[in-house]
Amino acid sequence: MAPETKHLEVTLETQVESVNLAEEMCLRLAEAAGFGEDECYRIGMSVREGVINAFHYGNQEKPEKKIHLAVDLTQDKMIIRVTDEGVGFHLTDVPDPLAEENLLSTSGRGIFLMRAFMDEFDVVKAQTGGAEIVMSKRLPGSGSPETNGNSSSSHGAPPNKEA
Amino acid sequence: MALHLTPRDSGIITVVDASGRITLGDGSAMLRKTIRQLLEEQHTQIILNLADVDYIDSSGIGELVSGYTAVKSKGGELKLLHLTKKVHDLLQITKLFTVFEVYSDEGIAVRSFQ
Repeated sequence: MAPETKHLEVTLETQVESVNLAEEMCLRLAEAAGFGEDECYRIGMSVREGVINAFHYGNQEKPEKKIHLAVDLTQDKMIIRVTDEGVGFHLTDVPDPLAEENLLSTSGRGIFLMRAFMDEFDVVKAQTGGAEIVMSKRLPGSGSPETNGNSSSSHGAPPNKEA
Repeated sequence: MALHLTPRDSGIITVVDASGRITLGDGSAMLRKTIRQLLEEQHTQIILNLADVDYIDSSGIGELVSGYTAVKSKGGELKLLHLTKKVHDLLQITKLFTVFEVYSDEGIAVRSFQ
């Protein structure tokens, strides 16, 4: 018998309210999937940062563009995809927010937080031409640790930096 | 939960009691407005009491840093008080503990300006 996978997909407007909406939606799914409070916080924050990135940097806050959010709950992990309609970016072009010269920067910490809070994180070129952030968190009680964030199979045009 | 900011005087120091979330949108904007307003009124020694703030996103972090540099540029200081665990951890992983002075006692925070 094939393992049960739940899939949810929603298209969000490019507006600030979408950030809260996406966070709340994913929080409910994470709670229902059995994640504890701390992990829910990390998942919620990561979704938030992914959608902020799409809203601000990917879609440049243009209301005619959309943000696509997809969540898959597999047997062992929650996988979240946030896709924008921008031009995409390379993870390697994102400045390190922990570098001395960037500590007083007022932006540039979103990707860092997603990497820190999720088990797996990557950015790939989406079919829309924009960036697709793909991140996952192992379900409670499942599996062994995996690497996070540095697989760097990202493609796409040079960015407008990142959130 | 919307952000509420309440400034109060403690001698020549202004303590701003914050409660709610400092996030993209209204929360970040309100923090910016409050700090800018204090600076316009020549209040340059500011303690931001984050005891009731349990959520800050990257936009909120950016606004804290922006406030820090704005106050610094006026010859003042912005210090943080009573961090919740989540905010504490967030400042730690982003290395902002090396930037901000952080206190867990208001009296000590106030005296640190002298």
